[in-house]
Amino acid sequence: MGLFDKIKQAFTGKPQETQEPEQVETTQKYDEGLKKSRQTFGERINALFANFRTVDEAFFDDLEEMLIESDVGYETALKISEALREEVKLKNVKKTNEVSQVIVQKLVDIYGEAGESEDNTLHFAEADEPTVFLFVGVNGAGKTTTIGKLAHRYQQAGKKVLLAAGDTFRAGAIEQLQEWGQRVNVPVVASKAGSDPASVVFDAVKEAKAQQADILLVDTAGRLQNKVNLMKELEKIKRVIQKELPNAPQEVLLVLDATTGQNALSQAKQFNETTKVTGIVLTKLDGTAKGGIVLAIRNELHIPVKMVGLGEQMDDLQNFEADEFIYGLFKGLIVEPEAQAAIETETEPTTAEDKGETDGTGEK
Amino acid sequence: MAFESLSDRLQNAIGKLRKKGKVTEADVREMMREVRLALLEADVNFTVVKDFVKKVRERAVGAEVLDSLTPAQQIVKIVNDELTKTMGEEAVPLNKSPHIPTIIMMVGLQGAGKTTTAGKLANYLIKNQKARPLMIAADVYRPAAVDQLKTIGQQLDVPVFDMGTDHDPVEIVKQGMIQADLQKNDYVIIDTAGRLQIDEKLMTELENIQNEVHPTEILLTVDSMTGQAATEVAKGFDEQLNITGVVLTKLDGDTRGGAALSIREVTGKPIKFTGQGEKLDQLDVFYPDRMANRILGMGDMLSLIEKAQTDYDEQQAQEMADKIKENSFDFNDFLDQMDQIQKMGPVDELMKMIPGLANNPATKNLNVSSKDLDHIKAIVYSMTPQEREEPNLLNPSRKRRLAAGAGRPIAEVNRIIKQFETSKKMMQQMSKGNMNGMENLFGNGVQGRLGKMALHSMARKQKKNKKKRLKNAKRFKS
Repeated sequence: MGLFDKIKQAFTGKPQETQEPEQVETTQKYDEGLKKSRQTFGERINALFANFRTVDEAFFDDLEEMLIESDVGYETALKISEALREEVKLKNVKKTNEVSQVIVQKLVDIYGEAGESEDNTLHFAEADEPTVFLFVGVNGAGKTTTIGKLAHRYQQAGKKVLLAAGDTFRAGAIEQLQEWGQRVNVPVVASKAGSDPASVVFDAVKEAKAQQADILLVDTAGRLQNKVNLMKELEKIKRVIQKELPNAPQEVLLVLDATTGQNALSQAKQFNETTKVTGIVLTKLDGTAKGGIVLAIRNELHIPVKMVGLGEQMDDLQNFEADEFIYGLFKGLIVEPEAQAAIETETEPTTAEDKGETDGTGEK
Repeated sequence: MAFESLSDRLQNAIGKLRKKGKVTEADVREMMREVRLALLEADVNFTVVKDFVKKVRERAVGAEVLDSLTPAQQIVKIVNDELTKTMGEEAVPLNKSPHIPTIIMMVGLQGAGKTTTAGKLANYLIKNQKARPLMIAADVYRPAAVDQLKTIGQQLDVPVFDMGTDHDPVEIVKQGMIQADLQKNDYVIIDTAGRLQIDEKLMTELENIQNEVHPTEILLTVDSMTGQAATEVAKGFDEQLNITGVVLTKLDGDTRGGAALSIREVTGKPIKFTGQGEKLDQLDVFYPDRMANRILGMGDMLSLIEKAQTDYDEQQAQEMADKIKENSFDFNDFLDQMDQIQKMGPVDELMKMIPGLANNPATKNLNVSSKDLDHIKAIVYSMTPQEREEPNLLNPSRKRRLAAGAGRPIAEVNRIIKQFETSKKMMQQMSKGNMNGMENLFGNGVQGRLGKMALHSMARKQKKNKKKRLKNAKRFKS
């Protein structure tokens, strides 16, 4: 119930963050990005409820399908609908609007449960040695852009940041990172294109130690997870870092394109095997992505999402707030605070009115 | 997260009702569920799956399947047929403008692979049509995107027109076209910045470019790993720009690529090319039937067979056949075999084309790299000519010498010799037409009747070729 509490809090306590869809320009991108996700998700569930007068097998089939369509993945969808079936049976509810509450509650519970032991904060080195973040991922996921944004953030926070141009393979990758370095005013350690990335990283780690930098962000070339040799190269890069700084890298961040489908799981799994991924950066969430993959990753892999990319601007990288995100996903579904309170106090939902769907999300 | 292929799934479903003898309509429904899940797991868009399954069901419920003795295979066949039909019957070539230059504009989301594909296309046109393309760098937003295209241009020796990042892309394209006119380039490839299909400002920019130069081809570049969002992306771009074709990138990964089906279904536009790797020559024409197989997880047998056919040197094959007949298979042949395999392409790519191995979790850890083959070759090269012909000569002392010569551990030498023995046995067996015990040749991926079928068809094909060759040889002699 803890998470549910928080959601309620978010509802009543700090409505300016995500609740008002008619937000002003400044946070528009952030809002826009998540709005897309929650609209599709929430609207779909609502449409589903509207379609069914009673809860039967067909209803759960449709629910399952809807979850799949949000990129939640087949396994996860099955797991969730199975759990919901149980729950509905257990509480013996018949009308769809009662079920709606049970379902939302259960969804939130499942989501919270799977992520209970997860830690989605970024970790830093303890002593006065540099913190190292290693970025990995497939081609075109947004590694370099994420590094640029993150460099900007830490630079603004008064940290001494250093970047390592470990993508020596793709044409223009080094220049891309250097350009970011210039934009955010952060030095970049780079070598010639085509040189050994591990050697560049080695130089960068040495440089970071010599300069007593606070944070070293290591870029790597994009690679598909089924390329054995390239994955070995990643292992080597990590070894090189650990040789100089035994506690580093503090974070190995897998950069994941939010529009990716089921292959995201394969990516997470295999990158995790070679480099022990500590967190995920979900990029391009401002698109049409429904964000369902977050549920899948949580359920099947237990790798926490630590940051989300919501646009192309420097400050469009946000810390991932799991609760807020899930709240956003289900926003259209959660009923008014009074009804909420009713659910809170009683196990059996009593209120019947589903005012959620007129909650201001339906303007597009 | 075990991705079973559709054929495995159906076989399992069928296995349950095998005892009943005949298949009922309810059984078909059960099988349709499997079809649906297989497609969903492959990331085919949900609504597309729904329509598709309906189509298949209608056909399946018709007499075709119910009366068949092999319903599972019938259904796979129907699904395959329908998939291929949906994806277009055959490969669609690049549009060509009646007068030069033919203008190709690349559009798509960020990180889909537009710039790389632009380079690959230029390379493809040079290789296949002796074209003189010009590339225009119109991505002024992403840092160093212009540099990236310029570097690719240098690698391919293709001119790149750019005006830095301070100009309006529409203006850049305009100026680029003037230059193309002066230099009489026959192809112009415009690389644009990645953008979301819902970004109105940037989409208008694309429209402006379109109105300015009227591209012959507008190619939407899509990451083959895209999930359910693929339809919306494709629809968005198609509605605003009326795209003429699609390029599917990063297909060398382990994704099923269901996005291909979704895109094709919602836009009706042909997929023209596929990106198969990071090198600039790794662009392939799109074959709908092969993609159908991939989505279903049936492997890309056709591609493999075709590749084998073109690359296998006929004469060498003849000699090999003779040798097999004579029952003498020595290290020279072993080496030759190795060369043949390497000629076909990187081993891991070949493996993927074999049914059951593609997307098979069991083979994910199977790392055969071309380096392993090189090591084997190094060991064989370290043998004396006599040793190569008479493998029995290899005693421990000689083996030690081989290990030192090739710079590999002695255990590996032993392994190679063992491998050679197996290979020898297999070749003898094959020449006698005995296929027993060969099912495991491809690991446990291909199982049951379907696997046997694949093997037999391969063997048949090989025999047919051999007969042909023998006939030809006879004709020459007489």
